Amino acid sequence: MSWSWLDWLREAVGQPQFTLLFAPAAKFLVAIFAIFLLIAYLVFAERRLLGFLQVRLGPNRVGPWGLLQPIADILKLLVKEDTIPNRAVRWAYLLAPCLVVAPALVIFSVVPFGPSPTAPGAPRWYVTDLNAALVFVVALASLGIYGIILGGWASNNKFSLLGGLRSAAQMVSYEVPQGLALVGPLMLAGSLSLVGIVEGQARLGLWFAVPQIVAFFVYFVAGVAETNRNPFDLPEAESELVAGFHTEYSGVRFALFFLGEYANMIVISAIAVTVFLGGWLRPFPSVEALAFLDLVPGVAWFFLKVFAFLFLFIWFRGTFPRFRFDQLMDLGWKWLIPLSLANVLVTGLVVVLVDRGP
Amino acid sequence: MESYVPILVSALLTALIVLGLLLAARLMRHRDSPLTDREPYECGNEPESYAHDHRFSVRYYMIAVLFVIFDVETIFLFPWAVLLDKLALFGLIEMVVFLAILVAGYVFVWRRGALDWA
Repeated sequence: MSWSWLDWLREAVGQPQFTLLFAPAAKFLVAIFAIFLLIAYLVFAERRLLGFLQVRLGPNRVGPWGLLQPIADILKLLVKEDTIPNRAVRWAYLLAPCLVVAPALVIFSVVPFGPSPTAPGAPRWYVTDLNAALVFVVALASLGIYGIILGGWASNNKFSLLGGLRSAAQMVSYEVPQGLALVGPLMLAGSLSLVGIVEGQARLGLWFAVPQIVAFFVYFVAGVAETNRNPFDLPEAESELVAGFHTEYSGVRFALFFLGEYANMIVISAIAVTVFLGGWLRPFPSVEALAFLDLVPGVAWFFLKVFAFLFLFIWFRGTFPRFRFDQLMDLGWKWLIPLSLANVLVTGLVVVLVDRGP
Repeated sequence: MESYVPILVSALLTALIVLGLLLAARLMRHRDSPLTDREPYECGNEPESYAHDHRFSVRYYMIAVLFVIFDVETIFLFPWAVLLDKLALFGLIEMVVFLAILVAGYVFVWRRGALDWA
């Protein structure tokens, strides 16, 4: 009996539909499960780390060292009443949180967590290798704005409306330098595929963060602003806008907004790692003396770098005071855009003038 | 085109995951209480007007228009950057001309004060 089942499975693996539909589906589900787990413990890590940064303990009561805190939080959010304010625009109010989470999650289908196979039959550590992956990522990442501005507007709350508008203006402003910063590494890699970009860094033998240090800086600053995190958390500014666009949300819909924000942090980190820090490559990929570092699998390098970025996000929150809104706009439009434009020109000049051989 | 099919699969799965979360919460959560205050939050005061009764600053609109201009330019740079190796010097000069026109507009906008918030 069990034999027929195994035979069926073996036959199914050979089918073209399997490689086209079921294998990506299974991979994506595993990736999303890992991301959910990461988000749950990222929230916990943030609360504990902020606690330490502010010389207090942070949550340490639920389970050993507070390790069960995320589970308690999730359960709490699921059982809360789902409130809809009186004058809210119902359909938009209900739809908005989903619009924030969904694009952020779909992006993980093109992120290469590990190397492409060198031997036949070896696993590929990504769901799909899109030839226009970077355009896809930028496009999907900007879809999240709709959810936030829709949620802020639909609540029919003054704080939410202001928060949503600020958020839209901020995300839209920082998307321009973010896109421009990505152009530099593209010129060096000559490919829009995220796998291709990492392979470009392997060819060069150098992480793009070294020759593209300016672009790297611009990208990460813009990324922090895109995710509405400190010191650019004006849309949520607790002390003036009482949580901004999600003031009115409760229960699972609030959880979705939260999930979206943290998923976006991971997306920004993952793209920064892939494009600027060599993705799954070890440090100094061209130095032979460090070849023993290859014993650590590529996936581990990838997530190690992502964790470093996530730690930066939390560190920023514990360190920097909030910007004022006009300062925020000035930084985006008057500093980062000229800086990234200059970077594009200089990189273009170098790429054209320097002959990189065959 | 085959590499795009998994994207579709992922999008469908994401929709299912989000819907599943909403459904799980619907099964688990408290019943809506008649005692819950459903007025929009305003620090404890009874709201005298609603957000949609008011107008908001035109600056947000200006930012949106400027964004469209610059974002189209960015997306135009992407394929150019990928092919720069093949386009060589001619491609670079062409792009410098394009960017020069754009920067002229940028300087104009800046001097007219559209980038000043305060």
